[in-house]
Amino acid sequence: MTAVTATTTATGQRAALTRRIPWTLIVFLAMCTVPWVGGRYNVFLAEQIAIDALFAVSLNLLLGTTGLVSFGHVAYFGVGAYVCGILMKTYDMPFIVAFPAAGLGAALFALVSGYFCVRLIKLYFAMLTLAFSQIVWAIAYKWNDVTGGDQGLPEIPYPNLDWLDHVPGLSGLSIGDRFYLLTLVLIGVSLAIIHRIVRSPFGRVLTTIRDNPERAAFIGVNVRAYQLAVFVVAGAFAGLAGALYGIFSRGVFADYVFWSKSAEVMIMTILGGMGYFWGPPVGAAALVWLNQAITDYTQYWPLVLGVILLVLLFAFPGGILGGLDLLWARIKRMRRA
Amino acid sequence: MLEIAGLSKSFAGFRAVSDVSLTVDTRQIAAVIGPNGAGKSTLFNLITGHLRPDSGSVRLDGRDITGAAPHRICRLGVGRSFQRTNIFSKLTVFENLQAAFLVHHRRGLNFWARSDALYRDETAALLVSIGLAGQENTVAGTLSYGNQKQLELGLALASDPQVLLLDEPTAGMSATETHETIRLLERIAAERELTLLFTEHDMEVVFSIAQKIAVLHQGQVIAEGLPQAVRNDPEVRRIYLGHGLVHGE
Repeated sequence: MTAVTATTTATGQRAALTRRIPWTLIVFLAMCTVPWVGGRYNVFLAEQIAIDALFAVSLNLLLGTTGLVSFGHVAYFGVGAYVCGILMKTYDMPFIVAFPAAGLGAALFALVSGYFCVRLIKLYFAMLTLAFSQIVWAIAYKWNDVTGGDQGLPEIPYPNLDWLDHVPGLSGLSIGDRFYLLTLVLIGVSLAIIHRIVRSPFGRVLTTIRDNPERAAFIGVNVRAYQLAVFVVAGAFAGLAGALYGIFSRGVFADYVFWSKSAEVMIMTILGGMGYFWGPPVGAAALVWLNQAITDYTQYWPLVLGVILLVLLFAFPGGILGGLDLLWARIKRMRRA
Repeated sequence: MLEIAGLSKSFAGFRAVSDVSLTVDTRQIAAVIGPNGAGKSTLFNLITGHLRPDSGSVRLDGRDITGAAPHRICRLGVGRSFQRTNIFSKLTVFENLQAAFLVHHRRGLNFWARSDALYRDETAALLVSIGLAGQENTVAGTLSYGNQKQLELGLALASDPQVLLLDEPTAGMSATETHETIRLLERIAAERELTLLFTEHDMEVVFSIAQKIAVLHQGQVIAEGLPQAVRNDPEVRRIYLGHGLVHGE
């Protein structure tokens, strides 16, 4: 009982401390400065992290908030990437149409596949999400006329950002750097919206489903309907992340939709801490950075990643943020003693 | 009024509930008793939609609710507590009750409001009513066993039911806790004009508040009626011999 009280107060103090410092704003502004202070390679890393962060946060709506383990989240990322890529490359549509269309397309596909998935529970749910994602992969790989098949859709055009010429300070930036800034803004807005959803009444009901679906039904929650709703929302934001990724990497390829990408985003989420809203972005940053840093030294990157994950899962089941939380609680206690 | 007619349910050939009929009048306090494995929990699960009956019907104020989904039955005005405590153990006490209020008031599909500010007063009032005032920010799973039972009662009450089904509301409680819980149930049933149907193994509890008793044995109702009549029923006495039913005579 005393231990519990101690943890609660520690978390309370930590919350009060973090509330005084606008962390999210600082991180956002810091990331905005990368094109000026960091060079092209760092822009590349930062953009990858930002897109993965949105993708992982969208997955965490299912994983951490609702308790739904989806092994096929890449399907919606992929649908978004293809919808945006095809509209912009094949049909010459402007980004301002293609980007929302990517979210909508992914949401529609999530509605159809989710309708079947939420009828199953636990492992069976996970297997069916995986099956749907492999269907998307197969279509992407085989439907040459539309998706480019195994050749993919190379050279997706950048959105027209010439209007940034008129913004003081930005006129000197390359199109890649401009797109990076646009990506940061769109992802910032998306994350703010998801943050709001998590704290809405809808988000609260989702946590009851995660905690105890049987009881949730008997406070009047239509569990399947809510699961489907959050599945569609998560799919839509994954689709937006995919749309940005296709343009960022200058092409959409069937590889992007392969199931291992679902595993990767799940690793990011768990690594960062799925019990925290900012866990998945932290996990995304850690994974992208580790990937870079370790491949510089050794080709056995997956082995090192495996070991890191193993240690983390046993030592800090709450992920990086969970570990920091524990550490902070311990420091507080030591200072008081 | 809750009317159960000819309800049956088998599991792999075993008749857990067999042709059970039972009527609970509006604002009546009724108890279902019977030895372990008599089918009490199955009967409750059939009423609340957690199990679909093989045959028979359940009516709430004349409306057929047989086999409807649990969330529908809850919305139609049936609240329940479970035999094994069934709460949202990782959420705080406040979040537990607030979620129930949100759903009851159909605010659950609001994606935009800040949920923290909603139904604070209602939750506070309910916490006072169930005797958990001041525990808002405690994580539900860390409450004492008795307090968890109180919270579960609160979860059922938040959706403002007309009929409340309680599966062994005093199971695992000390004598003092049992006594307090019974006082609490009586008060709340009177305040909210509830129809109450409960199962219980403690005969003292049953005879102290039930206005009507049904005895379930091997899935069948073998006696039903006023407490005194049930107490003197020879068949009931035979089954309960040595189980304390004759205690106090």
